[in-house]
Amino acid sequence: MKKFLIALTALSVALMCGCSHIEEYEDEIEETEETEIQTVSVKDEEYYTRFKDSGLSINVYNWGEYIPDGSDEGVLNLNEEFTKLTGIKVNYSTYASNEELYAKLKGGGSTYDIIIPSDYMISRMIKEDMLEPLDMSNIPNFSNIMEKFQDSEYDPGSKYSVPYTWGTVGIIYDKTVVDEEEIGWDILWNEDYSGSILMFDNPRDAFAIAENLLGFSLNTEDSEELQKAAEKLKEQKKVVQAYVMDEIFDKMGAGEAIIAPYYAGDAVTLMDEFEDLAFAIPESGTNLFIDAVCIPKGCKNTEAAEMYINFLCERDVAYAVTDFIGYSTPNQAAFDMLDDDVKNDGISYPDDEFIETKTTTFRNLSDEANLEMQTLWTEMKSSEEETPNRFIVPAFMLLCVVASLIILIRRYIRKKKDIF
Amino acid sequence: MKKLISAPYLLWMAVFIIVPLIMVAYFAFTTTDGAFTLDNLAAVSQYTNIFIRSIWLAAIATVICLIIAYPLALILARSDKSYQSAMLMIVMLPMWMNFLLRTYAWMTLLGNNGLINSFFSLFGLGPFKMLNTQGAVVLGMVYNYLPYMILPLYTVMEKIDISVIEAAQDLGCNSRKTLFKVIVPLSMPGIMSGITMVFVPAISTFIISRMLGGGSNLLIGDLIEMQFLGNSYNPNLGAAISLVLMVIILLIMTILNQFDEDDDRVLM
Amino acid sequence: MKKLSKAYMALVLLFLYIPIFVLIVFSFNVTKSRSVFSGFTFDWYIKLFHNELILKSLLNTIIVAVAASVAATILGTAAAIGINNMKKLPKTLVMQGTNIPIVNPEIVTGVSLMLLFVFFAARMNFEFGFVTLIIAHITFDVPYVILNIMPKFRQMNPHIYEAAQDLGCSPVSAFFKVVLPEIMPGVVSGFLMSFTFSLDDFVISYFTSGATSQTLPITIYSMTRRKISPEINALSTIIFVVVVIVLVVKNIIERKSALKKEVK
Repeated sequence: MKKFLIALTALSVALMCGCSHIEEYEDEIEETEETEIQTVSVKDEEYYTRFKDSGLSINVYNWGEYIPDGSDEGVLNLNEEFTKLTGIKVNYSTYASNEELYAKLKGGGSTYDIIIPSDYMISRMIKEDMLEPLDMSNIPNFSNIMEKFQDSEYDPGSKYSVPYTWGTVGIIYDKTVVDEEEIGWDILWNEDYSGSILMFDNPRDAFAIAENLLGFSLNTEDSEELQKAAEKLKEQKKVVQAYVMDEIFDKMGAGEAIIAPYYAGDAVTLMDEFEDLAFAIPESGTNLFIDAVCIPKGCKNTEAAEMYINFLCERDVAYAVTDFIGYSTPNQAAFDMLDDDVKNDGISYPDDEFIETKTTTFRNLSDEANLEMQTLWTEMKSSEEETPNRFIVPAFMLLCVVASLIILIRRYIRKKKDIF
Repeated sequence: MKKLISAPYLLWMAVFIIVPLIMVAYFAFTTTDGAFTLDNLAAVSQYTNIFIRSIWLAAIATVICLIIAYPLALILARSDKSYQSAMLMIVMLPMWMNFLLRTYAWMTLLGNNGLINSFFSLFGLGPFKMLNTQGAVVLGMVYNYLPYMILPLYTVMEKIDISVIEAAQDLGCNSRKTLFKVIVPLSMPGIMSGITMVFVPAISTFIISRMLGGGSNLLIGDLIEMQFLGNSYNPNLGAAISLVLMVIILLIMTILNQFDEDDDRVLM
Repeated sequence: MKKLSKAYMALVLLFLYIPIFVLIVFSFNVTKSRSVFSGFTFDWYIKLFHNELILKSLLNTIIVAVAASVAATILGTAAAIGINNMKKLPKTLVMQGTNIPIVNPEIVTGVSLMLLFVFFAARMNFEFGFVTLIIAHITFDVPYVILNIMPKFRQMNPHIYEAAQDLGCSPVSAFFKVVLPEIMPGVVSGFLMSFTFSLDDFVISYFTSGATSQTLPITIYSMTRRKISPEINALSTIIFVVVVIVLVVKNIIERKSALKKEVK
């Protein structure tokens, strides 16, 4: 036993010594300790005291990595700040895609007070009567939201939602490896990078990329076009390393993969941390998304939830959010606080002309198209080179039944023989 | 009076074991509006390849577990009694770690820049693609479920009377013959329960394939999870898949039980 | 032969322990890298103890595990006594039913309970949370309690219960004075088994928990799906150390009591 332990230790020591760059990393650590907002000052403290001693709590269901959570030094924990300010406790949990959120609300049996779906999902939820209308008189900070975001196609008149962040989808890549002059969506199909490409693990974003390449509308409901897009995604399968969502932070950061399509905000965060990474929005156009805060049906105290929404619209809070998660803010007050180089980096805040000509927002698809996309998606993910005969499983099951029957009969006969 | 005391449990069993299974069946045979349909079951056949892959990978993992565990259990059962329990504890200890953490550990080991590849690169080899492959999924299954194979095997082997083995040897069996004519048949119940205890969780896992398979090696478990809490919400189809899975496992177990003539299963 | 078997043993142990060992080593790493060890630190442990989400889910896990295993032990013990007194046919039937949650894949159990709870949640206006989670845990715990107790009845002499009554005990006190001590080892091991299963369960909890009742395994799962922080390694290390301590203490106690018995 002892020998075994010694061997283990020796092996690990060998591994560690083989590759350590202590000094390099220490520098990096010092660098990251920049100053950020340390306290939140709110416009109207009076407003937040309404539920001070009522012991209320709200359930917030948000995307992963989508709020400052105090995980890095010098970063605020916004949920904690909210509790300090209002006395309302926050139960925070996370999801990885709009579709997951939808499933959880539809069939999960849990109730949430705050959710942050994207545009197309909001209009789907409005259509299916899953959202609670907002009382804007409880959200005075809505006036902080830029005018162009105050009204939208997915939620005309902002009856149900308050924009939280927005952004575009592009390609994050390792510029030391990728030397293409122009990055287009087809790089995700490029066999030179086979095994180093990551892909979205949700149907809507993945289909959008294929549709873009094929020249279809990102909102196509045409069955034939959807099937062609699925075919395209199937083709891609052999070069894809893994289908992921927020795992890309880890995989891109550790150099496990070198190309991944993802949201601009996360690209900013990743590029801050890893110098080798770069971000490009393909010329052929991309998706522009808006994520907005909503209150789902079943919320017990909408006033407390609205207080949380108002809190997220506070200048300092919205600034802390955009500063930490890297996504673009629709909040004018927070936007004004940003450094000029952030405003002009071309990633987070592309100019109006670009938005006008190159981007499309997702619209909610018809139920049939949604179902078809889901089915095609599952089929694509499960597909192999050759499709096996669909009668194999029933045949196999039948064989099992026959086999066990035969054994039973044989045993019965044997027993009878034993008796005689 | 004495029978009544089990009434609460019987009620519990009816409400929380039997009724839910009936509900699975009900969902499998209905549309979202509650009308009777066979479409869901028909739709399951679209995913034939997932079923085949799951059965195949789970079977490989089970066989590997058996191959690794059998000698180990034999060694354990024949070792000195005084430290047998300590040895067993050391073997079983990893099982007590949360299984997500154990799987996560392999994620960090198998990556392109993971420890194993860094180790190979010291000799100028690699990097080998190990993570996000079917092999990684099988490895994850073997690693997680190996103790479930060791334990029942050890339990039966420990009970085998040493004099039986000695008798076989006295009667002229060489060591290989003793193994296959005496020890293996006597440990059959352990083998069977070990196989079920590895095969059933392996065929229905969704964490291992998600963490180690990169999302493109879907297993039945993933498929079911996707229909209920994942990217393609469709509980009726999910219920139909669950039903088929249940029937498949039931059939496989019936067959396995046929080999286990004594019906004297060793559980835990 | 001896050497060969020792080498084999070492190889298997290496396979079993290397991943855990690596996890532990990297919990002390200065950077977040998982392949380059660049300096020693306790930072991740400090962070872990300030991570409210993890602490809260740890508390939730313990609440659920205690509540579920205690309830399952009571329910299961009563059930075992009843089943033991049943006639052969109902007995086999009930035991078959008891086996369902053990034999069924976890995901099917989880999904079926979820469907049941959703059905009732919609009609009776309750939501997923501790109640659903504890019910689910009791459901998969009880069979293990029963299976641990049943063999003890088989080993017990059925006449001692009658003897106790003949000697003037009421049926109830005869049960507590005579039967219960006999089956106690089964009750205890059933309790411990269901407690550990509850602590560790992910799949069934995943389908039956609500917004406020996230258990530790669920939190770990969502941690592995985001930016991974070595806090997770620190957590593994702590869990591992706790497990080692518990098992060693348990072994020592068992050994001591075995020694005592021998002396007697």
